[in-house]
Amino acid sequence: MADLNQMLKLLGELDDQIVGCMRCGMCQSVCPLFAETGRESDVARGKIALLEFLGHEMIKDTKAVKDRLDKCLLCGSCAAACPSGVKAVDIFIKARAIITAYIGLSPIKKAIFRGMLTKPALFNTLLALGSKFQGFFTSPVNDIIGSSCSKLLSPLLGDRHLLSLADKPLRSIGNLNTAPGKSGIKVAFFYGCVVDKMFTSVGESILKVFEHHGVGVYMPTEQVCCGVPSLASGDLTSYQDLVRMNLKVFGKGDFDYIITPCGTCTSAFHHVWPLMNEGFSQAERDQIEMLAGKAMDINAFIVDKLGVTAVEPASDAAKVTVHDPCHLKKSLGVSGQVRTALKANPNLQVVEMTGSDVCCGCGGSFNLQHYGVSTKIGKKKRDSIVATGADIVAAGCPACMMQIADMMSQAGDRIAVKHPVELYAQTLR
Amino acid sequence: MVSASLKQTLASYVGADNVMDAEADKHSYSYDAAVLDPVLPSVVVRPTDMEAVGKIVKLSNDNGLPLTVRGAGTNLSGGTIPSKGGIVLLTNALDKILEINEEDMYAVVQTGAITAKFAAAVASKGLFYPPDPGSQAASTLGGNVAENAGGLRGLKYGVTKDYVMGVNFFDNEGNYCKSGSKTVKCVTGLNIPQLMVGSEGTLAVMSEFILKLVPPPQASKAMMAIFPDVMTASRSVSAIIAAKVVPCTLEFMDNFTIGAVEGFAKVGLPTDAGSLLLIEVDGHPAQVAEDAAKVEKICQDNGCVRLQVAKDAVERNKVWEARRAALSSLARLRPTTVLEDATVPRSKIPAMMEELGKIAKEFKLTIGTFGHAGDGNLHPTILCDRRDKEEFHRVEKGVDAIFDAALSLDGTLSGEHGIGLAKSKYMEKETNRASVLYSKRIKAAVDPKNILNPGKILGE
Repeated sequence: MADLNQMLKLLGELDDQIVGCMRCGMCQSVCPLFAETGRESDVARGKIALLEFLGHEMIKDTKAVKDRLDKCLLCGSCAAACPSGVKAVDIFIKARAIITAYIGLSPIKKAIFRGMLTKPALFNTLLALGSKFQGFFTSPVNDIIGSSCSKLLSPLLGDRHLLSLADKPLRSIGNLNTAPGKSGIKVAFFYGCVVDKMFTSVGESILKVFEHHGVGVYMPTEQVCCGVPSLASGDLTSYQDLVRMNLKVFGKGDFDYIITPCGTCTSAFHHVWPLMNEGFSQAERDQIEMLAGKAMDINAFIVDKLGVTAVEPASDAAKVTVHDPCHLKKSLGVSGQVRTALKANPNLQVVEMTGSDVCCGCGGSFNLQHYGVSTKIGKKKRDSIVATGADIVAAGCPACMMQIADMMSQAGDRIAVKHPVELYAQTLR
Repeated sequence: MVSASLKQTLASYVGADNVMDAEADKHSYSYDAAVLDPVLPSVVVRPTDMEAVGKIVKLSNDNGLPLTVRGAGTNLSGGTIPSKGGIVLLTNALDKILEINEEDMYAVVQTGAITAKFAAAVASKGLFYPPDPGSQAASTLGGNVAENAGGLRGLKYGVTKDYVMGVNFFDNEGNYCKSGSKTVKCVTGLNIPQLMVGSEGTLAVMSEFILKLVPPPQASKAMMAIFPDVMTASRSVSAIIAAKVVPCTLEFMDNFTIGAVEGFAKVGLPTDAGSLLLIEVDGHPAQVAEDAAKVEKICQDNGCVRLQVAKDAVERNKVWEARRAALSSLARLRPTTVLEDATVPRSKIPAMMEELGKIAKEFKLTIGTFGHAGDGNLHPTILCDRRDKEEFHRVEKGVDAIFDAALSLDGTLSGEHGIGLAKSKYMEKETNRASVLYSKRIKAAVDPKNILNPGKILGE
């Protein structure tokens, strides 16, 4: 266990941000977790107050503060609505790292982050094995969604309805490095863990989009996780390892944009890496800044850079409704482009759900630690989707896709869950 | 600390999950939106049915434990800080809208229902619940009644008290009591509902309310009028009322606030303007057109340098965006925001603004003022850093001076935020010793053990 004074000193450095909270409590009106639990420590004001009390040594039980701090989707709804502009999520990410450094990482998280995520060869081999054998343990439940459930693994997985790991990861295509075509644009493609290992069709759709529009692609298969899951668990060590591994392949920056299909990965490049750049050399910081400037979501790229526009829908167009992932809309401001990309497909018409930007309840590892409340939040999202009568729900974030698929599969819905880029790519030859 | 047996009894009422006494949980209910020191409760309970509420009140009384009821904890006067420890009772699980009656135009709601959600449910039935306190998105109706919350529509539509027809509550012994009625007229017994309004949880634990609803206005028109100074704006306000026009909102912003709003929200306000008024008239379309024309002329006759009438919903929204951004824009300038609500008769607004200028100078404070010009309810907002002891001492002196100024102008300590802990020491200044004693006698009669939110309004 590290030094208490060190933790207090670091929390003290957050004090300027913490004191900006005027405790008006308006975050209660937007927090998806608070809507379920009604607990003050679940909402931003409560967490910020606990951090202030801990930093000023009014609370002794650091572990209790950590438990409450960890119970958060990091969706950013509070920060987006905060009257005094408190950057709650930034505070929480930093505080999780500070407190975890003091208390230590739980053995299981240590095993996942330091033993596996930062060792890509091992991580990839394990998941390849998983892909091979998953059929023995699971049975398909919903052919539209493509989900399965597992009686055998239920002690581990609960009642989740899971999507299968891909037979072959996207990475098996091998390194790509092609010259720009008619667009004159060269991009780096950061596919992210879930698209690599589960939603490979999203990655394939993106490559198809790049090819169609004459975009040069740099896709190094040595790329690793963006580091946000490690950081959300307060594990600064593996976060820094992962950033460095990524900088090794993307740091040269000989491309115009770095494109991802995931709101969280994009906001990692764009916002989280620059925020958490302590412990990096000046040269590394420069690379982080460079990537922050070039990071772009695939939907934004298709519309803002490739100039794709909406077309008139066919009379028999299928109905698609849009879920706005938190990090995509609230951190990056990408929402209109998603709709435009979908409307570029004449076989689709967009029908809006109520509360399209309300969190789906996944929150990455939040879903693992707090499955009960995560499901309650997710079921509300499912109800909003079903109420639209849509045939398809589109979400520009693989984690949201997993959560929504689980919720809808459990309810027996026959609504497909797609990434917007998959639906746009259907129009291309 | 509460005893294990008491904790167990509470758990038998509300379930063990809804009884919290861990160190971190007690800290979570030690504060509200007022800039005051936190005080820890001994235990926090979150009942999920009304029956449990009565039992908890009885348990508190039997054991002489202070009981502080908390809705959303958004009040600005320390009303939900458990200053004597004891039990904090959360109402946010008791949030049902029990009835919205369109024929008789009333609603019955539980204490923990959220104000804005309730107003939206009422609107979906084609009716209108006008009180709109600034915290309405998060605040509970129980909190609104306990604080007699106001809002932007006070001038024409009144405040929370004008919509409370009935209050059901638990007395200090946990007995369930009913007061008021669903009828427009009701003279059955003492006017208990109005005694409950603004009582800040010191007289009973309120459970349900019968609230009056009204038909919504058919039309409205919003405009923004810019003035070279405070005096011309204030003269316009008086002239509008004198012309028998009652706008539904009549909001004021001083030069400092205008600058802050423009700096943050970039809505196109002239930062050199001395002050501005945001005015909305509503009602029958013909009346709205006539009133809007009158208001326009009055403003121009009284020195308005620019007047902008919203042509459609988008423009109307833009006008109000400036007002909605007022507090946020000021709050971003410094770490701590001390938001006051001293209120004066509306004709005294210029005098009050002058006093505020003097106070800012004397105590070297940054004060931005906006507020409800139509009802004289100003919000002088002191921007500071509560960590700076020397500065915060000056803030406290400044707040004292603000109250003195308001009282010297025949005003009142609090227009809508309540007395709570923050202002109880000033009570005698506004009234007199006998008036405070009279209230204390009422309190002692209905709560002899002084368990119901002790220390609030009336002090020790």
